[in-house]
Amino acid sequence: MSELIALTGTVVGTYLWRALGVSFSGRINTDSEIFVWVTCVTYAMVAGLVFRIMLLPVGMLAELSLGIRLFASAAGIVVMIWPHKRLGGLVPGLLVGCLIIFVAGLNA
Amino acid sequence: MAVLFAGFIGFGALGESLGLSVYMTVATSVLVFALPGQIVLFEMLAMGSTAIVAALASSITAARFMPMTLTVMPHFDRRHRTGLLYLVVHFLAMTSWAVAMRDFPKIKPEYRRPYFTGFSMLCWCTTLPGSTIGYLMAGSVPTPIKLALIFLNPLFFLLNFTEVRQTSHRLAIAFGGLIGPLVYLVYPDYSLLAAGLIGGSLAYAIHRWTRARGARQLIQQVPLEALPDKREGT
Repeated sequence: MSELIALTGTVVGTYLWRALGVSFSGRINTDSEIFVWVTCVTYAMVAGLVFRIMLLPVGMLAELSLGIRLFASAAGIVVMIWPHKRLGGLVPGLLVGCLIIFVAGLNA
Repeated sequence: MAVLFAGFIGFGALGESLGLSVYMTVATSVLVFALPGQIVLFEMLAMGSTAIVAALASSITAARFMPMTLTVMPHFDRRHRTGLLYLVVHFLAMTSWAVAMRDFPKIKPEYRRPYFTGFSMLCWCTTLPGSTIGYLMAGSVPTPIKLALIFLNPLFFLLNFTEVRQTSHRLAIAFGGLIGPLVYLVYPDYSLLAAGLIGGSLAYAIHRWTRARGARQLIQQVPLEALPDKREGT
């Protein structure tokens, strides 16, 4: 029951942000100061979440050591920003990072 | 889109590993359609947080949809900016937002809403099979593969941060990434709010300060003769 309440709350809460965006999109200027601030807050919020999951995960990922998680993240980033056209980029970066986690999982 | 599909497979596996039902897992993906918020919701439910706190915390992570919507919708043709957007906006995801920002300059305004709606709905359609497959496979799939799939979600967002070009946004990511985990150690429920408001405002303050300083320097560099001389009129 409490799961359903939490889900309903999340569905409504998430949709409200989307709807708020639609209703403001007709009025707010993307060059305005409040918009610049909101964008900064958004990036910081998403970063806070992603770094938290990486550094202090809950669930299965917590079984792997912090060093392995950091190594896999760093390797993924290096491949992502690698200047070579075919060897670098998002998908190769994701593959390398997940492969390291996979190998670490084999030994865990 | 393949990443999104794999992401929802990972989410399905997460739902199974946290001991939630398959219906709950799939319903969350289809109705919320915001992976980070879904992960927060599930992790908080697994930690035993109360329903209201879990719903609030996951809703707070969805705040990014407001600026994301704000930056996408004004590009649509004016005739297309109708009440239908309140339906279209449910299908907005980080992926379709990034694609829209990349492709809209090359697309005529009258084709932007159809393009965006089609791509976004396709992304949304991956959620049901993705999280169902992920959930059902989780029991039979070896641990290393499960780990790799669960890791895919945060890694995807982490790698996307390297594409961010604006200094103020990069600062916001750095501050948020530092404050989020630190606050989480003390007050887990408020870590995202703190990371966003403190980290984001700090980045914005630095952005304003450097911009103001840059403007002052620019004024000082302009030779006095170049400025319109107001004394002549008086």
